[in-house]
Amino acid sequence: MSDVVEKTLTALPGLFESQTGAAKITNRLRQLIKSITELTSKHEEENLIKRELSAIKEQVSSPNTTMKQMREIMVRAMYCEMLGYDASFTYIHAIKLAQQGGVLEKRVGYLAVSLFLNEGHELLLLLVNTVLKDLQSTNLIEVCMALTVVAQVFPKDMIPAVLPLVEDKLSHPKEIIRRKAVLALYKFYLIAPNQVQHIHAKFCKALSDKDPGVMASSLHIYLQLIRESPDSYKDLTGSFVTILKQVLGGKLPVDFNYHSVPAPWLQIQLLRILSLLGKEDQSTSELMYEVLDESLRRAEMNHNITYAILYECVKAVYTIHPKAELLEKAARCIGNFVLSPKINLKYLGLKALTYVVQHDAKLALQHQMTIIECLDHSDFTIKRETLELLFRITNAQNVTVIVEKMLDFLCYVPIKTLTFAPDNSWFIQTMNDVFSIGGDLLQQDDPNNFLRLLAEGKPEEDDQLRLYAVESYLTVLKGHTSHLPQCFLQVMSWVLGEYAHLQESVDRREVIRLLTQLLDQRSVSSETRVWILSALTKIPEGQTDLILDLAESLSSSQDTVLRQQAQELRHLSQDSQLREWVLVENSCAVDSSLSFLDGFVSEALAAGAAPYKPPHQRQEELSLNLEPYSFSLPVSLSSCSITDRQSPTLLSVSSGLSGNSAELSTLILEGVKRVWGKDGYLPQKEATAPPVDEPSAAVQPASQQEAAERIEPRPEPSTQNQDKQQLASSLFVGLGVGSSVSLVRKLFYDGFTASLRGNVMDCLEARSTSVCHYALLMDDPHTNVSLTGTVSYQTQPGHTNTLPFSGTLSTADFIRPLVVTTEEYGKLWLSLSHDVKQNLKLLTDAGDPLRTTLNALKDALQLHVVDIIGSEGIVACRLLSGAPCLLHCRVNGAALAMWLRSPHPALPDFILYHCQRALAHH
Amino acid sequence: MMHFLLLFSRQGKLRLQKWFLPLPERERKKIVKDMTTMVLARKPRTCNFLHWKDLKIVYKRYASLYFCCALENQDNELLALEILHRYVELLDKYFGNVCELDIIFNFEKAYFILDELLMGGEIQETSKLSIVKSIEASDMLQETMEEYISKPAF
Repeated sequence: MSDVVEKTLTALPGLFESQTGAAKITNRLRQLIKSITELTSKHEEENLIKRELSAIKEQVSSPNTTMKQMREIMVRAMYCEMLGYDASFTYIHAIKLAQQGGVLEKRVGYLAVSLFLNEGHELLLLLVNTVLKDLQSTNLIEVCMALTVVAQVFPKDMIPAVLPLVEDKLSHPKEIIRRKAVLALYKFYLIAPNQVQHIHAKFCKALSDKDPGVMASSLHIYLQLIRESPDSYKDLTGSFVTILKQVLGGKLPVDFNYHSVPAPWLQIQLLRILSLLGKEDQSTSELMYEVLDESLRRAEMNHNITYAILYECVKAVYTIHPKAELLEKAARCIGNFVLSPKINLKYLGLKALTYVVQHDAKLALQHQMTIIECLDHSDFTIKRETLELLFRITNAQNVTVIVEKMLDFLCYVPIKTLTFAPDNSWFIQTMNDVFSIGGDLLQQDDPNNFLRLLAEGKPEEDDQLRLYAVESYLTVLKGHTSHLPQCFLQVMSWVLGEYAHLQESVDRREVIRLLTQLLDQRSVSSETRVWILSALTKIPEGQTDLILDLAESLSSSQDTVLRQQAQELRHLSQDSQLREWVLVENSCAVDSSLSFLDGFVSEALAAGAAPYKPPHQRQEELSLNLEPYSFSLPVSLSSCSITDRQSPTLLSVSSGLSGNSAELSTLILEGVKRVWGKDGYLPQKEATAPPVDEPSAAVQPASQQEAAERIEPRPEPSTQNQDKQQLASSLFVGLGVGSSVSLVRKLFYDGFTASLRGNVMDCLEARSTSVCHYALLMDDPHTNVSLTGTVSYQTQPGHTNTLPFSGTLSTADFIRPLVVTTEEYGKLWLSLSHDVKQNLKLLTDAGDPLRTTLNALKDALQLHVVDIIGSEGIVACRLLSGAPCLLHCRVNGAALAMWLRSPHPALPDFILYHCQRALAHH
Repeated sequence: MMHFLLLFSRQGKLRLQKWFLPLPERERKKIVKDMTTMVLARKPRTCNFLHWKDLKIVYKRYASLYFCCALENQDNELLALEILHRYVELLDKYFGNVCELDIIFNFEKAYFILDELLMGGEIQETSKLSIVKSIEASDMLQETMEEYISKPAF
């Protein structure tokens, strides 16, 4: 028990003494609880509870026990039951307490009954009279209690006894009674719909009840009714819409507000009902467009409950007859969910997406990167929901990738469980799920690993696990087995053969019977049959008759392997000596250290052989890491498609381009890098092309845009993301081709902190050459950026060639001089927040070390030297159309004290790094 | 519709259980065990939802106590979180700054409050005021009895 509880416990007596009467009542319970918290072992607890229960037993059977005492006893009994101990002898007394006690005792009695007795418990019959009496009581509280217990525990066959009385309560003057009666009837409807059919008219009355609580309760019934037959309730649509409007308009009493949202539960219930009514029904849907719109609009507040409403709203909008305007709004809402940093909302967003992609698969495209991220999310629930979503967008093109992902997920389960299984039951249960779902698609290793795990554990520790496995498999085998995958059957038969004897309570004959039953099934493969027979062989002797029968029936089998095994089985079961000799328990002893090879190894070593290295070590030594250690940013311009460089007229989608081509061909190509030669594409650093903010005047905006749309630059910040991108393109293939452009843009804005922006600057066309310029911008500086991509082009229609290219860029490539005056520099300096100071090497080989050093930096890094005054110099630069960086340099002895400032937190570090390098190389 | 609601401590000790559907005792024990192991094994900063069989488990930790309920597939998880929250608010209002100990020692009161909030696995009353009123009404009766005279007002 934690310290806090300990402390509070010591403070408790004072608390209880203040309540003189109540203290006596709860005293015993308090003692019990307190002494339990002081115990250290489960065993002690068992003993204590045993003593407590026998004390209770004595007290309940004593004729001197008063009802008041009985109430206290009952609370203790409830506590013991909650701890998991059996106090069934008190059940009858609970009923008695409900029967005979005053209101207070009744309350506890009813509570005990509802906790102890399940629907269907025979003692419940004894309660009927009490409940009937209480339903007719003039005491409101007794009526309430009776209704509560009726809704909680009454089984189907006892409903008719109380139904008329409960029905009467629908017109009770007190709203709390009406409300409870409605809910009790709802429960009856769920258990036995036929019995409440005649009261539908009264439900209608409840719906128009003047108390909003009663009305809200009746919606539970209506939701159920409408779910079953929406057509019969279309006429109520108007009423539901009116109610929702009133709720939204704040017409309900303030205490129905939940965190200042008006009656959220009621709203959600209504939204659900409306979506059922409007489904595939245009005229009904039209009635609700307005209120749904208002609902979407109202739910703006940033609280969980408004998101809950929004979620239902979105679902409703997508369920009813579609209206473009609403769909658009709803789609935007989903975006808010999916992009939310709050994980619960993300989850709900995925759920909403899963729902809506069934209606409009394109919506998934907008969020593909988020989806990919969620697929690798550390939270299992999120992952699973994502797979659910992927499952919905499965189509002929992406099916293999998605199925692969799902199987990854499945196989991920066993590996995870092998190391982190919190307890045996969960582990076995999960493995059962994996085997039965993943089945024969699992890798061969998975069942083997699992069996090894079972087999290699120490007998004392892992018997529990094995026992549980045996128990669980017997239950599985008793059920329907024909659908179970072969590998699962094999695992089960191996475990049963090996460990069934651990479980004493298991009847051997039962095990044999279950296994032989499997043999009779046609769906069981012959390999599995072999497993089953081996298992049967291992089950200890004693059931010779069953085994002989089996061997007999199999001896005529067409499968020779089976026949042979059956023969062996027969011999073994008849000859116990032979059996003992063959099947020694725990016979396998594996020398995993391979000590028997020691002699050989030492000889070989002595003869000059290289010592053994494990494979992973060998691999480490072989592969050199050629990449920089951080900030590797491959950029993939993966789908540049420049169609037909031979004949521009064959260009697809390029009316704008072809129209401009004449004009474009007159462009002066001087200064434009030639990236296309006779041999095709010349890989060059395109990123250093003209700055984006000074576009060439000759380029037509129209063609620029056109090209940008056709050539889709896909900038990515890291290798990992490149993988994601590839995954995304394989997952989302075939979903709405038209929207892929906006998608690319979207991708870029979603989720990436570091990014490069690509835009086609111009696309020049001559007869055989196309020149494309991209300007890459660096938003966040990084030391190195590697750029990879492909260009695909067509020489003949239908024949696409692809050229890969790659290159590496560093921050230095993105640095441009910032031309400012000294005054401007001064002003800017003061406004910048992030600064870094460092001493650099001073180039001392010339007359003016400061000037020499700054010029060297200027040449290497495209800096702008603003001014040099005495021993101080000021220099300015900027990231290509990005953040500026100001450098203040001062000669400090033999070093150059550099002080950098920038609005961007990381930029000074990178510039400093490049300055250091430039000076070192000088 | 909610299938069950469990309250358990960080150590996995059950503090309250409410079953809205009939289940055999053995099944209940198994569920309680599954829930405690599953929920307690959740890492921080994961979402409050879990899939379990064909149900959805929604849980939330309030101080040392976990509130955990099971929903059907069409139910709204966020809303269920708010139901849990409303229950905590009610307990808080009734006990006055509720802590785990209040629920341990007065678990029957916690059940009474729950019975006013939920019935048959559905929300019965969303108005905090009404619930407190009806609990008050039941407790008023106790006041007429001498042993409850000294019970502090809430």
